[in-house]
Amino acid sequence: MKYVDEFRDAALARGLAAAIAREADPARRYHFMEFCGGHTHAISRYGVADLLPANVRMIHGPGCPVCVLPIGRIDLAIGLALERGVILCSYGDTMRVPASAGRSLLRAKAEGADVRMVYSAADALRIARAHPEREVVFLAIGFETTTPPTALVLREARALGVANFSVLCNHVLTPAAIVNILESPEVRTLGTVPLDGFVGPAHVSTVIGTEPYEFFAQEYRKPVVIAGFEPLDVMQAILMLVRQVNERRCVVENQFSRVVDRDGNVKAQALVAEVFELRREFEWRGLGTVPYSALRIRDAFGAHDAERRFGLVYQAVPDNKACECGAILRGLKRPVDCKLFGGACTPETPMGSCMVSSEGACAAHYSYGRFRDREAAGAAEALRA
Amino acid sequence: MCLAIPARIVRLEPGDQALIDVGGIRKQISVALVDGLAPDDWVVVHVGYALARLDPAAAAATLATMAAAGIDAGALA
Amino acid sequence: MNTAPRREYHRPLDLKRGRVELAHGAGGRATAQLVEELFLAAFDNEWLRPLNDAASLPVPAGRLVMATDSHVVSPLFFPGGDIGALSVHGTVNDVAMAGAMPLYLAAGFVLEEGYPLADLRRIVSSMAAAAKAAGVPVVTGDTKVVEQGKGDGVYITTTGVGVVPPGISLDGAAAREGDAIFVSGTIGDHGVAIMSKRENLEFETEILSDSAPLHRLVAALLAACPRIRVLRDPTRGGLATTLNEIARASGVGMLLEETAIPVAPAVAAACEFLGLDPLYVANEGKLIAIAPAADADTVLAALRAHPQGRDAALIGRVTRDPDHFVQMRTGLGGRRVVDWLTGDQLPRIC
Repeated sequence: MKYVDEFRDAALARGLAAAIAREADPARRYHFMEFCGGHTHAISRYGVADLLPANVRMIHGPGCPVCVLPIGRIDLAIGLALERGVILCSYGDTMRVPASAGRSLLRAKAEGADVRMVYSAADALRIARAHPEREVVFLAIGFETTTPPTALVLREARALGVANFSVLCNHVLTPAAIVNILESPEVRTLGTVPLDGFVGPAHVSTVIGTEPYEFFAQEYRKPVVIAGFEPLDVMQAILMLVRQVNERRCVVENQFSRVVDRDGNVKAQALVAEVFELRREFEWRGLGTVPYSALRIRDAFGAHDAERRFGLVYQAVPDNKACECGAILRGLKRPVDCKLFGGACTPETPMGSCMVSSEGACAAHYSYGRFRDREAAGAAEALRA
Repeated sequence: MCLAIPARIVRLEPGDQALIDVGGIRKQISVALVDGLAPDDWVVVHVGYALARLDPAAAAATLATMAAAGIDAGALA
Repeated sequence: MNTAPRREYHRPLDLKRGRVELAHGAGGRATAQLVEELFLAAFDNEWLRPLNDAASLPVPAGRLVMATDSHVVSPLFFPGGDIGALSVHGTVNDVAMAGAMPLYLAAGFVLEEGYPLADLRRIVSSMAAAAKAAGVPVVTGDTKVVEQGKGDGVYITTTGVGVVPPGISLDGAAAREGDAIFVSGTIGDHGVAIMSKRENLEFETEILSDSAPLHRLVAALLAACPRIRVLRDPTRGGLATTLNEIARASGVGMLLEETAIPVAPAVAAACEFLGLDPLYVANEGKLIAIAPAADADTVLAALRAHPQGRDAALIGRVTRDPDHFVQMRTGLGGRRVVDWLTGDQLPRIC
């Protein structure tokens, strides 16, 4: 596949690995956070960590919208399907996430709820138009990449007067989450989590552009490199971050120049602004309540807002007390530091946000990286011997 | 949230739609979010929508930079 | 010699416009007519013709192998196949993976009231053609009908028997450190073909299921290399799950080379599009073979010499691993674990 395969080339990877090893200063350590779940997945799936020198470490951030979707919000969707008899349309990723009472959307389906997987928001609208006698609710999740499609569909629903269609909106915002991490005491004041820079999200940036990240670079003095989605993109971004750190620069650089520019997709941004407005606050699973970090549907489109239509009341549901997701999402701990990891908490039986989707730090590590724990333990043993 | 894939526009269709080609797979998607597209343009597609153009020249330049980075300047004769 | 009189029916089955009725499963005249005019007409062979409840069969000497599979695939008709052919191939392959030459098949049908007879005939014809091509007759069967809404059109359960020739011993627990791991061709074709037909996931370029009987390939392979340790077909859960099963049963680990695993470009593109990993997508016409390292060249040559093994590849080695990890060296040169499939593979958007 063009523009995909070239960016997975092994020879280029070796070259970039050699460059990173050459330029990383052996006298110091580098810690970079890749914000986007897609990057976490790419790094694990291709074993990028094996190509980095030991003093360059990646910290997995909270950029996985399935992972940070609170249990309480999924409960709302399950309730609509089971108790209000709606046709509940959802992306595949969300179907398996366990919510309250041992339920998930898939389990609700097994109990008789009409839950349907869709690949696109337009599919949900199509279902609504095909079944005017039923209420159809689309469970909308995602960062800024996925929000414009939802906006389009809401605008179309209003224009066509599809009265039985509504959206349960859980769209969240990337910059707010990054600020939340940077503002956490461990990062800002205590310095317990050394964060030297960010690998910025690929496709979120196609929509919002690189401009919003300039704030972090200036305010928090952290370099940001927007990286494409393929493993070579991530590696090149890491090289660019190493160089910035070495040269004491803190600017936004764009590695993903083939798709991203400073302004982003202005048409999409305008459309989103027309349909959505900021919520004052929103709960992020693992991070707690984050101000101005999520969107809700504007009054003008209120007839298609499932929360208004069905009078939904959100109830927060806490995670298991032993769950370390909050610390892991901020880079304070690693998956193996969590007591539940690999035992009670596995991809089959996820207990917290880091395990519910294949992009969460714990799921990625469990599925792709557990052999490293063994090797690390072995190395530790060897040192003690 | 990032799973998006580069695709070639095969032809434009009414209603802000387009037929795209990904490695030989053809699918109809929406191009409502990107203006001024023509056949043989490249876009990035996410959940059934084109989100942005992909610039082939920039892609080539990025690959060239990657290749250059791998060359150890000190090792060149 | 069969001299049972043929029963007379008022009218022949309306195979063009008729539908399955509850009476067809009740065991009476309607059932008999369905069996004679549809099933026997398609499968016709000397062991089925008497239409007894059980078939009486000659079996050569040797160890008997038996396998059974229920087929609930949806949609019933998909690019490259249908539930009928699939039910023949699936069970023929299970028997073949034990090293046995498949001899006979039994077929049980659970039909949904209201299912069109024309479509049922298509399925049965396809099944008969598959059985004939494989040289494995359907010798006995059963038919039940459930009420409308309680089935998915057609479910088929096939059971197959075969006999293992002396000197052949295949076992999932037999893999040993150092053994070579092979796959007979491209992976992911069947699962993607199925998904391409399902609601909400449509592609305009046809990807065909690889559904096929593999017993002749197995015979050729075993003739060339009787020391093969394990044969298995990676159906549900894909290559990754099947390798994990074997690793656990044998108490070993594995190390695969990603670049060596054959994936058809169209399948790779479809998986990319859907956010699927081809390693976990079902195959219905491929096999995994594990053989001693010394026999690697022989096995690869034998596979590639056969039309069903043209794209065969050596994809990895069995290792010593107390955790039974199946690991893989990625195309990039890094390493990752290839874990069991978690639940059902649902397309990702993230």
